[in-house]
Amino acid sequence: MPVNYLMPEYEVYRNPARCIACRACERQCANEVHHYDADLKAMVADDAKCVNCHRCVSLCPTRALKIVKSDHTFRENANWTGEAITEIYKQAATGGVLLSAMGNPKAFPIYWDKLLINASQVTNPPIDPLREPMETRTFLGKKSDTIRRDAQGNILCQGEPQLELKVPIMFSAMSYGSISYNAHASLARAAQALGTYYNTGEGGLHQDFYQYGANTIVQVASGRFGVFSDYLNAGAAIEIKMGQGAKPGIGGHLPGAKIVGDISRTRMIPEGSDAISPAPHHDIYSIEDLRQLVFSLKEATHYQKPVFVKIAAVHNVAAIASGIARSGADVICIDGFRGGTGAAPTRIRDNVGIPIELALASVDTRLREEGIRDQVGLVVGGSIRNAADVVKAIALGADAVYIATSALIALGCHLCRSCQSGKCNWGIATQRPELVKRLNPDVGSQRLVNLVTAWKHEIEEIMGGMGINSIEALRGNRMMLRGIGLTDRELSILGIRHAGE
Amino acid sequence: MLTIQASSRGYRELNEAITAAQDQDILLEGVLGQRFLGAGLSEKSLTIHGIPGNALGAYLDGARIHVCGNAQDATGDTMNDGQIIIDGSCGDAAGYAMRGGRIYIRGNAGYRAGIHMKAYQEKLPVMVIGGRAGSFLGEYQAGGIIIVLGLGEEGVPVGNFCGTGMHGGRIYLRTASLPADLPSQVAARQAEPADLEAIAPILEDYGRHFGLAAQDLEGKPFYVLEPNTQNPYHQLYTPN
Repeated sequence: MPVNYLMPEYEVYRNPARCIACRACERQCANEVHHYDADLKAMVADDAKCVNCHRCVSLCPTRALKIVKSDHTFRENANWTGEAITEIYKQAATGGVLLSAMGNPKAFPIYWDKLLINASQVTNPPIDPLREPMETRTFLGKKSDTIRRDAQGNILCQGEPQLELKVPIMFSAMSYGSISYNAHASLARAAQALGTYYNTGEGGLHQDFYQYGANTIVQVASGRFGVFSDYLNAGAAIEIKMGQGAKPGIGGHLPGAKIVGDISRTRMIPEGSDAISPAPHHDIYSIEDLRQLVFSLKEATHYQKPVFVKIAAVHNVAAIASGIARSGADVICIDGFRGGTGAAPTRIRDNVGIPIELALASVDTRLREEGIRDQVGLVVGGSIRNAADVVKAIALGADAVYIATSALIALGCHLCRSCQSGKCNWGIATQRPELVKRLNPDVGSQRLVNLVTAWKHEIEEIMGGMGINSIEALRGNRMMLRGIGLTDRELSILGIRHAGE
Repeated sequence: MLTIQASSRGYRELNEAITAAQDQDILLEGVLGQRFLGAGLSEKSLTIHGIPGNALGAYLDGARIHVCGNAQDATGDTMNDGQIIIDGSCGDAAGYAMRGGRIYIRGNAGYRAGIHMKAYQEKLPVMVIGGRAGSFLGEYQAGGIIIVLGLGEEGVPVGNFCGTGMHGGRIYLRTASLPADLPSQVAARQAEPADLEAIAPILEDYGRHFGLAAQDLEGKPFYVLEPNTQNPYHQLYTPN
């Protein structure tokens, strides 16, 4: 029988000249990597348990620690990589489906980095955002294509419900359960301070967070966890989750071990029971069925709230989006294949779906061609990493973006991609009280406000450079983009010219 | 009782009239497939003459709805509280993800009745089907009670894949024999006196609505279907 030993991916390097054996690393590590060896009178580490989250490194008072990638290696093979071999060992030992966390880490093209933004020179001069008004506010919802008047001829201003965003960046869906109470508190408070929105995910809304309802998007997924009248009416908008970029076509499954205390109360299911959200809504098999769910939600909330429909970016995304636009939904949200997750089958995460840049461009083009672009707002997510990505997304046709991985990084996430273990040392993807308390919502919300405020300034700078003074004027303005190193086919899907043209 | 003539009015207008009504008792006459009737309603009592459309009583939160005939798909979708009584039969996905309240169907139910049914603290949803249920009864059921009486039915009163993905709650089948294709995570056994005692008040209440007596339920035994684990899929994954 083969020995079932997986070589550690990382090595904990401890500088003995600096280590004072204060045991801070031992206390900080929920993975139990470090311990004090009384015989050796020194700290020792079990590299095999390390997930490379940098918690110990960040809190070591003498900077004695670093985590290095192990140079232990298999015989070099461009085809049978160490990763490929190790994954086979894991499955041969357990018979299990490989489960990973966070977004697709593979080396697929990042189209954002192949798009370049225009700036004004000489004619149509740039605008200085420090001295001149710059509008980053935008509205999400159906836009009216006709002017309606009452019997006296007065214009009727009452249109379809809209969400007002002071900045075109929202925090995308992460359920309470997948992330901690303090992470949710940070997102909710930051959304309120920024004049934008966070999203409950499909795990219900904790009673403490109803106070942030005006800045909350409540989600309805196939499992309908925590969905009832108060919940639907608590938020500013309702999002129907049909799919998620990290795992298109796959449902969610929060193990019963994580359904404890408040999580159970918020999801409104018993403690210890698995929370299973199957891939499909079993009452939706067509656009007509989707329309039924959209309008049942509108009826239950008296047409006061825009209804979003979130889908993963998949091959036929443009046709699907066209159907959603006709379903009565107010906003379409598209999640690209880089989007994060608390847990997804590795093979799905790494192989299913398409880049958000291509999906966005093709959806926006299709909706324009069909003359229905104004019937819906368009929100995209799935690895928006910085303000330039936001500007490029809006220029490709988005009304606003969703961020989640960026927001978690702002809260301290180090992208160790071990969320599924529930042992997040940064207090984000965990429910262990001693870990959750490491994330202080006062600090967390301030860091989120800082991040989005910084991006807002950068968006203003970039727009000003183009001579554009509002998000509305940037939206779908693909002449402001040029491609670099892209094929004709890619340029044609993106609807942009090559640099130099 | 307020009577609303429904035939020429859309669902939005009807729901607004129901919400605005001062009367607690409302009779909807001539309903012709209007959807979403009573969506999210927390009080009042609706009596429906005619055929209500899909998603009758969606998100229902305490109101009572009596359909003097048949209902269509998605009756009581994500219902939280209240009561839906259907004198005839209903279509597919009745009681999708219902968390509380009761749905009584005198006749048959379509596919996926009671799918995702949940229970939570004091909330215990109940669905009673007088005739037979289609395939996928209680799929992904996580809580609550589903009872199929099979009145007037020869043979097993449910379709295929009964209880697929079930991980909580109970299904009671009044039947001489069990479905042949019960999934591995469902444990079935003949009901014991304590099991029958637990549903006696429900059956009594159901019988009162439809004029059924205890002897009408004699002649066939009840079987109880329960999940044999709350966590049916926990061995499926390997951390990577």
